[in-house]
Amino acid sequence: MKITQLSIFLENTAGRLREVTGILRDAGINIRALSLAETSDFGILRVIVNDPQKAMQALRQQHFTVRETPILAVEVPDRPGGLHSLLEALADEGINIEYVYGFVEKRSDNALIVIRVEDPDRAITVLQAKGFQVVGNQEISSL
Amino acid sequence: MYWNETEECQPTEQLRRRQTENLQKTVARVYERVPFYRRRMEDQGVAPAEIRSLEDIRLLPFTTKDDMREGYPFGLFAVPLTEVVRIHSSSGTTGKPVVAGYTRADIALWAHLMARTFGCGEVTARDIVQVAYGYGLFTGGLGAHYGAELIGATVIPMSGGNNKRQIMLMQDFGTTALACTPSYALALAETAAEMGVSFDALKLRVGFFGAEPWPEEMRTAIEQRLRLKAIDIYGLTEVIGPGVASECMEQKGLHVFEDHFYPEIIHPDTGEPLPDGERGEMVFTCLTKEAFPLLRFRTRDITRLIPGRCACGRTLRRMEKVSDRSDDMLIIRGVNVFPSQIENVLLSIEEAEPHFQIIVRREGPLDELEVLFEVDEAHFSDEVKALQAIERKVADEIESAIGLRAVVRLVEPKTIERSMGKRRRVIDLRKESKP
Repeated sequence: MKITQLSIFLENTAGRLREVTGILRDAGINIRALSLAETSDFGILRVIVNDPQKAMQALRQQHFTVRETPILAVEVPDRPGGLHSLLEALADEGINIEYVYGFVEKRSDNALIVIRVEDPDRAITVLQAKGFQVVGNQEISSL
Repeated sequence: MYWNETEECQPTEQLRRRQTENLQKTVARVYERVPFYRRRMEDQGVAPAEIRSLEDIRLLPFTTKDDMREGYPFGLFAVPLTEVVRIHSSSGTTGKPVVAGYTRADIALWAHLMARTFGCGEVTARDIVQVAYGYGLFTGGLGAHYGAELIGATVIPMSGGNNKRQIMLMQDFGTTALACTPSYALALAETAAEMGVSFDALKLRVGFFGAEPWPEEMRTAIEQRLRLKAIDIYGLTEVIGPGVASECMEQKGLHVFEDHFYPEIIHPDTGEPLPDGERGEMVFTCLTKEAFPLLRFRTRDITRLIPGRCACGRTLRRMEKVSDRSDDMLIIRGVNVFPSQIENVLLSIEEAEPHFQIIVRREGPLDELEVLFEVDEAHFSDEVKALQAIERKVADEIESAIGLRAVVRLVEPKTIERSMGKRRRVIDLRKESKP
């Protein structure tokens, strides 16, 4: 139930992110969620898209360094304490989170939380046992 | 396999005798025909008749790149322009470009020496040679072209650039030999990977790489990625272009085509000749050229002549692969740094690509060394700390290699310009900011 995130290397220069969004637009790719981690000289753009394969191809053609990263997308109720309950569940089991970001689903009352952990398979087992809904690639592309 | 066994394997005594005769002829010709050399020889107090042996070559004046700029464009030619059938020119990153003229006989000699070069890599009429050196004023393209054609090989005159098409024609035409700069060979490997083309499925067997210094580690990378034998070839526009020296299949040094270009190794600071085996600056004297015969041209390339015979049977002496130009040496905070040292570090680190650029700037009283390099896609991580760890590793390794802490910076692929000609590996802003 892991989903595919694309991680893209970006130099910290003006207009570089806009080039990525331009390439994705031209390829007809819809961005579901994104987050950007940056240092003083480079950044890593992380995106969830409706068609990761096509997006990766389009970006590589323009010489971007792109990598697929397996991550988890977990549904939490879109209300105070929603994210907290998820983090608590992971902390209880000693699962360390590398990074996290989230987005709100349009057609439901849930928020989707994207998390990167060291051992995704174990995290899935833990979360499912605690009744969390872990979302797959198909559900992401049909959002 | 030899292109011309009689020449390439001739007895050393005979070779020395012919070199002496040709040296005497050339000295007499330039004294007669090139005012610059007559003046220099008079200043030095040496007359052509005093050159009785090869040893006496040390009496002759050196020629430097600056001399050539002074004579720009045709001042050092030994024939009138009516006899010059071709002009080539080097890129000239600083000041005026170097202009080389060729008579019809020079062009024929050049083709012969490039045929010898391809012969060193066992190219025959059955081969298909893709020439991806730039065609034009640059000597690489046409030099390789004429040599391969003289052998009777099938030549594909691609010139540089258009990477996808290069790969496509390799597939469709069944190219067996590639001639281009080593950095362009690596760029082609990247293009093939992007296209999903495996070199295992291609017929490439041998590559002739030159026009820029490339270390052993780069050879390993090229041979592994392109699945061919990488032969180092050497030349300079001032001397003739490519076809001055070439490795044979033994890959243990480059046979200097010394029957036409007499090599000396000198101390770069004092100009004193050094014995065979010692490292110093390579100096060439043209023995048989007509239009543009230089005496004791200082190449700025640091190398040595390798003692002993080569297993291939050629008697022509070998020079060690050139890794540095004395011009490339940077002095940063009092430390001598060669770009090849940085390159070797990057080649030894799996996570880094050997494409790099060095930027030196002066921050207040201190020189700052910045190294830009590309991340290898297989090691690219979605986590900042992993990429920072790669940067730290590169900085640590550079520090242990040269004793200086560099600011290292990961950059996107293709950011560092990979031209079809030469790379600009060093940007020294300390020089460029001065008037």
